[in-house]
Amino acid sequence: MRVLLTGASGMLGRATAAALIARGDAVTVLQRRPAGVPGADEVLGDVADASRVADAAAGADVVLHLAAKVDVVGPEPEYRRVNVDGTRAVLDACRAAGVGRLVFVSSPSVAHAGDPLMGVGAGPADPAAARGAYSRTKAEAERLALAADGPDLAVLAVRPHLVWGPGDTQLIGRIVQRARAGRLVLVGTGAALIDTTYVDNAADALVAAADAVAPDRVHGEALVVSNGEPRPVGEVLDRVCRAAGVPRPTRQVPLPVAAAAGTVAQTAWALLRRRDTPPLTRFLAEQLGTAHWFDQRRTREALRWQPRVSLDEGFDRLAAALRG
Amino acid sequence: MTRVRPASLPPAGLPGLERAWSRLVRVPGPDGDRTFHVLDSWHGRETEDERPTVTLLCVHGNPTWSYLWRRLLAAAPADWRVIAPDHLGMGFSERPDRARVLAERVDDLDRLTAALGVTGPVVTVAHDWGGIISMGWAHRHRDELAGLVLTNTAVHQPEHVPGPILIRLAHQKMVNRLTCRWTPTFVRATTALSRPALPRAVRSAFALPYRGVDARAAVAEFVADVPFAADHPSRPTLDEISGAMPRLDVPALLLWGPRDPVFGEVHLRDLLGRLPGADLHRYELASHLLAEDAPEYAAAVVDWVTDRVLTAAPTAGAPAPAGPVSTSAPDLAGVFDALDRRRADPSVAVVQLTDDPEQPRSISWAELAARVDRLAAGLRRAGVRDGDRVAMLVPPSIELTVALYAVWRAGGAVVVADKGLGLRGMGRALRGSRIDHLVADVAGLAAAGPMRVPGTRFAVRDLPTPVRRAVRVAHTFAELETADPATLPDRREVTDPDREAAVLFTSGATGPAKGVRYRHRQLGAQLALIRDGYRLTEDDRMVAAFAPFALYGPALGVPSAVPATDVTKPATLTAAALGDAAAAFGDRPATVVFASPAALRTVLATQSAVDSRQRQALASVRLLLSAGAPVPASTLHALRDLLPAAEAHTPYGMTESLPATDIDLAGIDRATEDRAALAGTDGSLDGVCVGRPLPGVEVAVAPLDPAGTPAADLVTDPDRVGELWIRARHIRDRYDGRWVVDHAAAAHPGWHRTGDVGRLDGDGRVWVQGRMVHVLTTPGGPVTPVGAEQRVQDAWAEGRLPGLDRWSPGSVAVVGVGPAGTQQVVVVVGTPGVRRSGVRADTETVDAVRALLADLPVPVAAVLRHPGLPVDVRHNSKIDRVAVAGWAARALAGG
Repeated sequence: MRVLLTGASGMLGRATAAALIARGDAVTVLQRRPAGVPGADEVLGDVADASRVADAAAGADVVLHLAAKVDVVGPEPEYRRVNVDGTRAVLDACRAAGVGRLVFVSSPSVAHAGDPLMGVGAGPADPAAARGAYSRTKAEAERLALAADGPDLAVLAVRPHLVWGPGDTQLIGRIVQRARAGRLVLVGTGAALIDTTYVDNAADALVAAADAVAPDRVHGEALVVSNGEPRPVGEVLDRVCRAAGVPRPTRQVPLPVAAAAGTVAQTAWALLRRRDTPPLTRFLAEQLGTAHWFDQRRTREALRWQPRVSLDEGFDRLAAALRG
Repeated sequence: MTRVRPASLPPAGLPGLERAWSRLVRVPGPDGDRTFHVLDSWHGRETEDERPTVTLLCVHGNPTWSYLWRRLLAAAPADWRVIAPDHLGMGFSERPDRARVLAERVDDLDRLTAALGVTGPVVTVAHDWGGIISMGWAHRHRDELAGLVLTNTAVHQPEHVPGPILIRLAHQKMVNRLTCRWTPTFVRATTALSRPALPRAVRSAFALPYRGVDARAAVAEFVADVPFAADHPSRPTLDEISGAMPRLDVPALLLWGPRDPVFGEVHLRDLLGRLPGADLHRYELASHLLAEDAPEYAAAVVDWVTDRVLTAAPTAGAPAPAGPVSTSAPDLAGVFDALDRRRADPSVAVVQLTDDPEQPRSISWAELAARVDRLAAGLRRAGVRDGDRVAMLVPPSIELTVALYAVWRAGGAVVVADKGLGLRGMGRALRGSRIDHLVADVAGLAAAGPMRVPGTRFAVRDLPTPVRRAVRVAHTFAELETADPATLPDRREVTDPDREAAVLFTSGATGPAKGVRYRHRQLGAQLALIRDGYRLTEDDRMVAAFAPFALYGPALGVPSAVPATDVTKPATLTAAALGDAAAAFGDRPATVVFASPAALRTVLATQSAVDSRQRQALASVRLLLSAGAPVPASTLHALRDLLPAAEAHTPYGMTESLPATDIDLAGIDRATEDRAALAGTDGSLDGVCVGRPLPGVEVAVAPLDPAGTPAADLVTDPDRVGELWIRARHIRDRYDGRWVVDHAAAAHPGWHRTGDVGRLDGDGRVWVQGRMVHVLTTPGGPVTPVGAEQRVQDAWAEGRLPGLDRWSPGSVAVVGVGPAGTQQVVVVVGTPGVRRSGVRADTETVDAVRALLADLPVPVAAVLRHPGLPVDVRHNSKIDRVAVAGWAARALAGG
């Protein structure tokens, strides 16, 4: 199978490309900077550049679109350019190159309005209710992608939830850094039950999605992917700290306080036009303070996929990577 | 006149109402054509050749409209026709220029069904004052009539009882105009009675046709037409219709909301008197608008019509067919067998310990037999009739024993609701049991007022006149016991096996307590099972510290001692009090002890305070019986110090079937070893072993499917986990006023559906794994809580759970959080004093618990610490897992 994968410089993109190559697929990766995935053809370019994407997509059986601007700060137009315009360019490219199958990699936050989600399925993406520029623009993009689903182009949206693993600079890196500095706090009681996904499982799920997406199999819907082992957020932080050998968080900040602090911080950062990441945002406070875990039955049935790496096994591998 | 208005169709968008059901029907009549608005599920199919299998004619009351019946239209099968008209002047029907009286409304309905082409079979369904109109229609259509369903209504105002206060008020002309017509008070108040409150959109839908003074003219007139006074113009019509009701020999179903301030128990009893064969289901939490408060009524009506009208099946929960029950069951015992045999015996029958251990009260067999007869004769003289129900508000005592056997001797049945239900639960239970009389001590009489317990009141002791007047006592025992026993009916007649003997209440752990009916047949089977199963003889002497058995001594022919504690508060029984009771038979100490699990814990904790006399008496006990909840083996082992000769048995059963299985301490120890061998292989089989079925008892399993739903068929294969069913001669007859529950349990006639989940093993032993309502439905399949809880308990007790100290028994709950089918397993441990910030257990504790339960189909998601696990109101040894699951879900939602 010939696959175009956008956004291979991230942890999940790289792992997915590697998994496809390992099973013998011909993989082309497209992103702005070299990703260095062994065995992949590399095309450098902007995902919002439709002709560039169309060139890269020529001859592909399926496109896996992961490229996105993922962050918690920054002006919304930047997110919109990469996430919405980029997705539009990928859709145009698929049509131009005659590619019939597309996996749009999304995020459960596109359907999360901040209230607890307990064992729900993948609700419809809602840009009006989604929190933060990233979620809003991803929600818009997902709607765009699923609206393009039709007989000539089968589109499947996959939403991996909180992907982590060795080599993760985003989530794990920040937690460890914060904990080492003694600045990691628990939002609320730390009991909010959250789903997470070990990176290898998320990559497997995307490979499975690339196989499953087709007009006669799975298309036109969104599927949340997780390990299916929700844990209290405090336990997840504990285990990351334990794996990294850094002190565990002990201080608790009530959710309303954390949310307010997040609002203040992100506003201040915006006013100061700072480009670095503030210590807390409202979105992050809500994510750390309210439950969000998902019913995985439909996902596993549709993708014919099961996570291979349990959370416990994942934390062992993380510890080996962080300490080795 | 402005009040005249043509019929119209309701607007679109009313919650639950399909526009396709609405139609306007023009009906010719003596005062010209009138147009009705009707909901008709058959609308549009009139030209078809197919006829409906059955037609439900639904008649609303005042001030509602056909909207009330929307759920029934939605729930009925496609081949049924459901018709719900709005009365003229009401809902969206035409508003005529004058008031209509009852007789005219019956005529209206009659002409309407003719215009609609209604043919049989027809089942009428009615609410409120629609009830009498529907009965009027029923009398005129005997050939088509196939069944009656009535919900919160009355067809007659019973003599001596004032009419509903709200309606009487509304009869005052000014009050009527003010509340019913000039303002929408009555219209709004009707939908305000619902608990929980109705959604705003539904209330608005009910009020929609009654906006404006003129739109409410018929509401006011309808109220004014309710004929309470004997000279009311509609009274003859009412009397004619209600008087003829007993001649309507079709199946009838009464669905009742007891919280109705308009129609109360007195109206329900009146209806039951007119429809003696009627099935009854009480929705305990529902009020006047039953169809709104108990939306599940629609499914119940569909089930009932299917079963009782269309297939003419026998009444649900009818006595078990005699044939298939095992023949190894012992012969029935009669409640008077022993009392009759020992009626000249001067030895002690019942001894009641008091606070002064030197001053026990006692009664001999001879005295007991004589007092029972005299009191029974007195009760008859005071109005107790065959089949009357007598509520008992007396703690276990000599008086209660005398009263119990006297009620049976007088031909009555006892109603027993214990204090464990709480004042509110007890009041609800007693008010709903159609009680005719009440036997009470001072405390019981004082409680009877606030609980609004009906019936003639008999006091066990004499009272000062002002007190007596205040609590409305009709007679005292002393007065009643002057009667001549020669007037009593034949003893065999009053204990006929088919006669109702008792209504006992279940714990209500999963909703309001249900009354369980026992006939003498079941009581006799239960007595025989206890007598033969535990080899009780007249040489035994028992300490009766467990409520149900505290009263059976006289029936079993075994002298009994009631300890000096409140038997309804089992945890108050101390070792010394138990010892005093065991020593109360003089030089022949007790041989048998009945005590609840909670009592045994206290006994164990207080055993150091036992003196040598008490200890010596307890040394003679050969049998210790403890029922109600599993007893930890450690407790039973520890009790051996105090009761060295006693063989400990813990029978399993429930109010509906006690006992069903039995296990002794050796059996428990063996089961513990078997569990240890099972650990790590298949956690879904783990539970509490309750031993083997007693002689004559069968246990079978309705296996659970992956979604946690029990199968329709019963199996007895080993290791199939599912809902446990029991068959035996002593299982309950049926529930009192719970047709829906009887119906649900009637899938296997003669069997009792326990609501427990468990399995049989290869040795024929029964393992209980929890309650059906507590089964977790995880993505990996169903998980039952009990075995997992026990493993966590054991590990905690042995100090194998880091981060948790101070283990106490019964403080672990395994519950599911999340939607059915994708629930997560959550372990909740009771750690008194823990603050909200400490709700999440340490990760070290979680590691240990998760490893312990690694053989469940899904891993444990979280371990939470709870400051005080809520326990079931009645059995303080059972954790209320439903409440715990709700708490856990809130904690895990974050915030």
